[in-house]
Amino acid sequence: MKSLEELRAIRESMQGQIGLRSENSEQIRVVVGMATCGIASGARPVLTALSDAVLTKGLSNVTVTQTGCIGLCKYEPIVEVIEPGKEKVTYVKMTPEKALEVVDQHLIKGQVVKKYTIAEAIG
Amino acid sequence: MLQELSLHILDIVNNSIRANATLVEISVCIHRDADKLSIVITDNGCGMTKEQLQKVTDPFYTTRTTRDIGLGVPFFRQAALITGGDFSITSESGVGTTIKAEFRLSHIDRMPLGDINSTIHTLIVTNKLVDFLYTYEFDGRSYHLDTREFRKILGDIPMDLPEVSTFIMEYLEENQREVDGGYLI
Repeated sequence: MKSLEELRAIRESMQGQIGLRSENSEQIRVVVGMATCGIASGARPVLTALSDAVLTKGLSNVTVTQTGCIGLCKYEPIVEVIEPGKEKVTYVKMTPEKALEVVDQHLIKGQVVKKYTIAEAIG
Repeated sequence: MLQELSLHILDIVNNSIRANATLVEISVCIHRDADKLSIVITDNGCGMTKEQLQKVTDPFYTTRTTRDIGLGVPFFRQAALITGGDFSITSESGVGTTIKAEFRLSHIDRMPLGDINSTIHTLIVTNKLVDFLYTYEFDGRSYHLDTREFRKILGDIPMDLPEVSTFIMEYLEENQREVDGGYLI
């Protein structure tokens, strides 16, 4: 059975480094809709893809969280990107592949991926 | 209904979190001899009144305000009953709620358990202030993951730190493999 020894090792190696990772008001929040409609249309893989990408690319200014019903069930999976000082961007009909594009184009390069936004979907 | 039982679990536990639970206990037990797969989810959230409890399995009842459909609980209940299984919810206002779903393991309509480790991992890492006690049992062998034990060791290091998040996923996958030998459920 995997033991908790590794956790102790992680703790020891992180001593004194916590301050660098504390969340601040400059955090970009990426919110994934995870109500029943979201889960049914495949939101969990989207959330996993986003969390993994943020982790592996070391995007410490990004927090990935989930939320309940947004009220636009037919557009699920929905991902909202909330940046302080900017308008909220709502991406709809997301997939893990589209999520990775959003991470690269929007979160890293700062360019909204317009074709995946709700404005494009509604027309 | 959803495609996997692990997605139903994710869905129901989200209800517990909306009810402001600080501890959610999830247990998945498989017993091939008894032909049973059972899932129990217990939370210490705000609970339901008798009236709410009576209505919760109605798909047209919900406490959210964005829509007037609440499919999570009725879907989960149906998923259990069509396999010839059982389903019950008990709840007490101010104390918490327990949902029990039993499935006949061999029934053709029994949906797969699916990626249960992704569900548990997602729940832990995106609900950093909630404690989870997850127990997985297969033919009498079991293991558990208690985030309270993890927190005692980690102190104030958050669960979504990359190294911790990776550890949690590995912990779930390795322990499950040891318990069920990779049996496809």
